[in-house]
Amino acid sequence: MTCLHGRHTEPVLFRELTGDNWTLADYMTRGGYGQIRRILDGRMPAERIVAEVRAAGLRGRGGAGFPTAVKWGFMPKAHAGQTYLICNADESEPGTFKDRDILRYNPHAVIEGMLIAAYAMGITAGYVYVHGEIWSVYERFEEAIGQAREAGFIGKNLMGSGFDFELHAVHGYGAYICGEETALLESMEGKRGQPRFKPPFPAANGLYGQPTTINNVETLAYVPFIMAMGGNHWAALGREGCPGTKIFSLSGDVVFPGNYEVPLGISFAELLALAGGVKGGRKVKAVIPGGSSSPVLRGETMLRLNMDYDSIAKAGSMLGTGGVIVLDETRCMVKSLLNLSRFYRNESCGQCTPCREGTGWLVKLIERIERGDGKPDDLDLLDSVASNIQGRTICALGDAAAMPIRSFLKCFRQEFEYHVEHKQCPVASGGQA
Amino acid sequence: MLLSEESYRKIEKELAKFPATKKRSAAIAALTIAQDEKGWLSPEVMQEIADYLGVPAVAIEEVATFYSMFNTRPVGKYKIAVCCNLPCEMTGSDQTAQYLKEKLNIGFGETTPDGLFTLVESECMGACGDGPVILVNNKNMYMRMSKDKIDKLLEELK
Ligand SMILES: NC(=O)C1=CN([C@@H]2O[C@H](COP(=O)(O)OP(=O)(O)OC[C@H]3O[C@@H](n4cnc5c(N)ncnc54)[C@H](O)[C@@H]3O)[C@@H](O)[C@H]2O)C=CC1
Ligand SMILES: Cc1cc2nc3c(=O)[nH]c(=O)nc-3n(C[C@H](O)[C@H](O)[C@H](O)COP(=O)(O)O)c2cc1C
Ligand code: SF4
Ligand code: FES
Repeated sequence: MTCLHGRHTEPVLFRELTGDNWTLADYMTRGGYGQIRRILDGRMPAERIVAEVRAAGLRGRGGAGFPTAVKWGFMPKAHAGQTYLICNADESEPGTFKDRDILRYNPHAVIEGMLIAAYAMGITAGYVYVHGEIWSVYERFEEAIGQAREAGFIGKNLMGSGFDFELHAVHGYGAYICGEETALLESMEGKRGQPRFKPPFPAANGLYGQPTTINNVETLAYVPFIMAMGGNHWAALGREGCPGTKIFSLSGDVVFPGNYEVPLGISFAELLALAGGVKGGRKVKAVIPGGSSSPVLRGETMLRLNMDYDSIAKAGSMLGTGGVIVLDETRCMVKSLLNLSRFYRNESCGQCTPCREGTGWLVKLIERIERGDGKPDDLDLLDSVASNIQGRTICALGDAAAMPIRSFLKCFRQEFEYHVEHKQCPVASGGQA
Repeated sequence: MLLSEESYRKIEKELAKFPATKKRSAAIAALTIAQDEKGWLSPEVMQEIADYLGVPAVAIEEVATFYSMFNTRPVGKYKIAVCCNLPCEMTGSDQTAQYLKEKLNIGFGETTPDGLFTLVESECMGACGDGPVILVNNKNMYMRMSKDKIDKLLEELK
């Protein structure tokens, strides 16, 4: 079983993909649109679909890992007005680049997943919100929607079933925060992408104030496969009781950066080996396991862990988006943290004072330490600024800015102390971190 | 009519994606189309989009200034954005940026005197496995950039 770079283990979503076989015809040769056809032909009760997704144990792949079947259950059963389904394709968390490959290599799986999800929730209108920077992927997705519409999979009275579903792609234009679901809603309403207070959650008050479900690309793309093989069977693809498969994006100091679809619960060591190991045969110093906002862990800790929600959480981080950034022994942790902190400062939407001001202070403090002008109190100051952001903001970007700081300080405190004491980097000068 | 007929046609296509009473939803798309045609969003262009969508000019300005891919000031014929976030930095985006700065003899946020190139720093483009990544005029992504590839690209654009 090979696909794309040929180093997946048991791909479901990436199975048989070559990079070129993304069209409707290709998808149908792989059995595509067979599930929505079966559901519509048989007038399958919505509860049966939700039950399969529940049995699959599918959790939201946008980073928060919220159980998908539970979230679908929050949608009102009867609602007089329009309700919406939105696919969140705004992926732009440093280290995360899986949705881009799903969208460009298997776009119809996303469309069929949306059809099934919409049917299950009685939704008749959907949107896919694509990150503005991946313009060619957005254009291909528009083309895929066109193909599906022409083939009668989008529109009114689909396959004579009485079920209607209209689907459109829209795009952002350079704002990371619009991936946060309520900022995305604001953006779709033609406004600045500033997150709303939750609750109310989008299921109660979403697009144009109507009940809305927002799911990540990967979450939705798995749905047709879960329906095809049955929730239990899909769940059994994972290891040690962790359900299903998951796409991990590997970047940083690995030989073959890229996306790897593997059983959930695979060991980090195995995943690393799939990506060819660490560049130059060096040692893993640190790993950011779930996108830039997940807390960093030490390499030796990671090498003992499995890649699943609980194992990573128990070790003090999170599986997040599955964006795995690998840092080898030659990397300076202060410089790396500075880079991450600049990102959050630049992308703060500015609504909450702790986030807007705090992210600026964090950057200034780390810059000072990196330059060799750090003071002994700076490390505690850093930690306290971060702790004053955490939990005090409207959206999770504040936490996302704070968590890297606190974890870098916790796991690599000596290296920060060395910078302050010696006014230089232990890595660059060959010292011990 | 400030924009070409073709641009208005494209905006109409975007408007059709939303309920008739929600024209404002097409703001990002309409501004993108206008910017593609004009190169940047002048106050007149923003006013035109506002009028076309039937929303106050300030609402459109807010959008144009919030989203980083909009140019609210004139830029060169080619805007080159370099992703500088951690995974890209680890593949050498610092050197990519430095090399571009030297070759074009400008810094971030500047435009070459001939008006051909503007260089900007950018955040993650969701392509971190392919760094260093650069984006030309918001639409064309170039990946795994080396000095050779940069030389070739600049030559092609000139
Ligand atoms: N994919 C990417 O590029 C990025 C992903 N993230 C991830 O996003 C995560 C945070 O996302 P949030 O949406 O703020 O998390 P959240 O925990 O607030 O929500 C998760 C999902 O469950 C729903 N939900 C939760 N409780 C609910 C309730 N009581 N009733 C109805 N619905 C409910 C929410 O609407 C949402 O769709 C982080 O953990 C991070 O990993 C962060 C940045 C970028
Ligand atoms: C700052 C921020 C950025 C986010 N960016 C994304 C994103 O690009 N894509 C995504 O699917 N979820 C993103 N999320 C999470 C969403 O808010 C939401 O939880 C997710 O889309 C729900 O889909 P899921 O349940 O299928 O995971 C982001 C959250 C935050 C706080
Ligand atoms: S936490 Fe930051 S990004 Fe989120 S709403 Fe507040 S200011 Fe905006
Ligand atoms: S870090 Fe450069 S594309 Fe993500």
